[in-house]
Amino acid sequence: MDLKELYQEIILDHGKNPRNIKKSDNFNKDAKGHNPLCGDKVHIFLKVDENNKISDIAFEGSGCAISMASASIMTDLMKEKKEIEVNELVKDFLEMIKKNPELKSKILGESEKTKLMSLSGVKKYPMRVKCATMAWHTLTAAMKNSNEKDKFKN
Amino acid sequence: MNIDNIKKQFPIFNNKVQNNDLVYLDSANSSQKPQVVVDRIYDFYTKEFSNVGRSVHYLAVAATNLYENTRVLVQKYINAQDSNEIVFTKGATEAINLVANTFGQKFLSEGDEILLTELEHHSNYVPWHYLRRSKGVKIKFAEFNSDGEVTLESIEKNITPKTKMIAITHLSNVTGAILPIKEITKLAHSKNIPVLVDGCQGAPHLKLDMQDIGCDFYAISCHKMYGPTGLGILYAKKKWLEVLPPYQGGGGMIREVKKEGITFGDLPNKYEAGTMATAQVIAFGESIKFLNKIGIENIEKHERELTKYGEEILRKNNSVKLIGNPKEKGSVLSFTLDGVHAHDIATILDEDGVAIRAGHHCCQILHDKLGLSATARASLGVYNTKDDIDKLNESLNKCKKIFEG
Repeated sequence: MDLKELYQEIILDHGKNPRNIKKSDNFNKDAKGHNPLCGDKVHIFLKVDENNKISDIAFEGSGCAISMASASIMTDLMKEKKEIEVNELVKDFLEMIKKNPELKSKILGESEKTKLMSLSGVKKYPMRVKCATMAWHTLTAAMKNSNEKDKFKN
Repeated sequence: MNIDNIKKQFPIFNNKVQNNDLVYLDSANSSQKPQVVVDRIYDFYTKEFSNVGRSVHYLAVAATNLYENTRVLVQKYINAQDSNEIVFTKGATEAINLVANTFGQKFLSEGDEILLTELEHHSNYVPWHYLRRSKGVKIKFAEFNSDGEVTLESIEKNITPKTKMIAITHLSNVTGAILPIKEITKLAHSKNIPVLVDGCQGAPHLKLDMQDIGCDFYAISCHKMYGPTGLGILYAKKKWLEVLPPYQGGGGMIREVKKEGITFGDLPNKYEAGTMATAQVIAFGESIKFLNKIGIENIEKHERELTKYGEEILRKNNSVKLIGNPKEKGSVLSFTLDGVHAHDIATILDEDGVAIRAGHHCCQILHDKLGLSATARASLGVYNTKDDIDKLNESLNKCKKIFEG
């Protein structure tokens, strides 16, 4: 049963066909994330406009279904979000994936929340939480345009 | 050789793991422990404990004897010429670091070359890497071929007049290739180059004869040999231990300590500074006795048959691609599964009680060359059966089903 929660249809879909996976020169911020334990990699590219809003987002990377699906869903949700909203969503997601039963933020609509909650099955697999969180930590680093968080943690 | 009887000696298999019978296919990472080894640790701490090599009271003398008995058991097990050629370390990693550090200090200078292979575990690369910075040495890698083997020719091709050390694995923990270490040693010695063998995967599975192989150094990981964690062994020819400087300083490794200077103890104490992993050493004696009782030749035969069976079964599975196809292969089955990442495989298999390893197995150089970020690896031990392989295959089909919908 737990496996079905972990590998929901939406995860398998995004894992197999990740959205926003491209490389472009049209970005002004980026950061790389790496999990040295398993070799998973993600590189997040952002175009942040003068109002501190993400006008475009993309990623490159390789890894398991969970890490690819997480990066794919995250990049879908972050388009047109302002920095303050990005920070709130990242915090909300990381708290949900570790302990909170629900997402608390009011920024996302119901269908977007459902999409994001599809990753919540990871909670029961502590060794896989890092797969789901890598892209989110990397996004935070990209907003700061720093690779300081290269040494990725849970 | 009755596997059921052998398996019964490992208490881990008496308990369910997440409501499943355990199918343990991660012995290349670390092996399970027989009851005799667990009991020996308990008995030593409850009835016989004392530090070794220092005090003269009864318990200290008895503990010292037990500790030294293991050294002799190891010496005989690997057919070393002298028990003083057996140095206990905290692991195979420390054993290799010891050699890289002391050999580097004494014999290496700028421009000298260390020859490794592309198959090496990080623990037989990173210790040598430090010498790049401290000494300016160069590191070369002998290539592996399309079957995942490193041949004698590949080693020979990379030897130059600057080569000062050849450090190679005995058995690749990814492709399973068994290297021709005796031939490589012969070639190296003809050019006056010493050879270090990383025996982490060799020692638990293959009959060892140091005098026949002739290598200068051989590193062993005890926890992969049905023994305790926190313990490794460095076999080193006496001629090296006599000329190399000590690795760490501390109690137990000195002869005389004066304000003006220090002289060091005899072999092997010179390399065993501080209080050692006493209980683990004593318990490891039981691991050796356990291996001797079954006979390493019998274990080798059993594991070869099982590896062959595993290869057959996995080859029949069209979605599975085996990594490497060496002619001489140890008990390692690394593979990829079409459309499913290794970590997802490992999680799904785990639900069925099938424990494998997923990732780069501390061999990034190898994985980079293959263009893979991760592989799945099933590795075998003395307790595994054909049934375990069948369960692995069933679970792999389940992975496919989940991912194909």
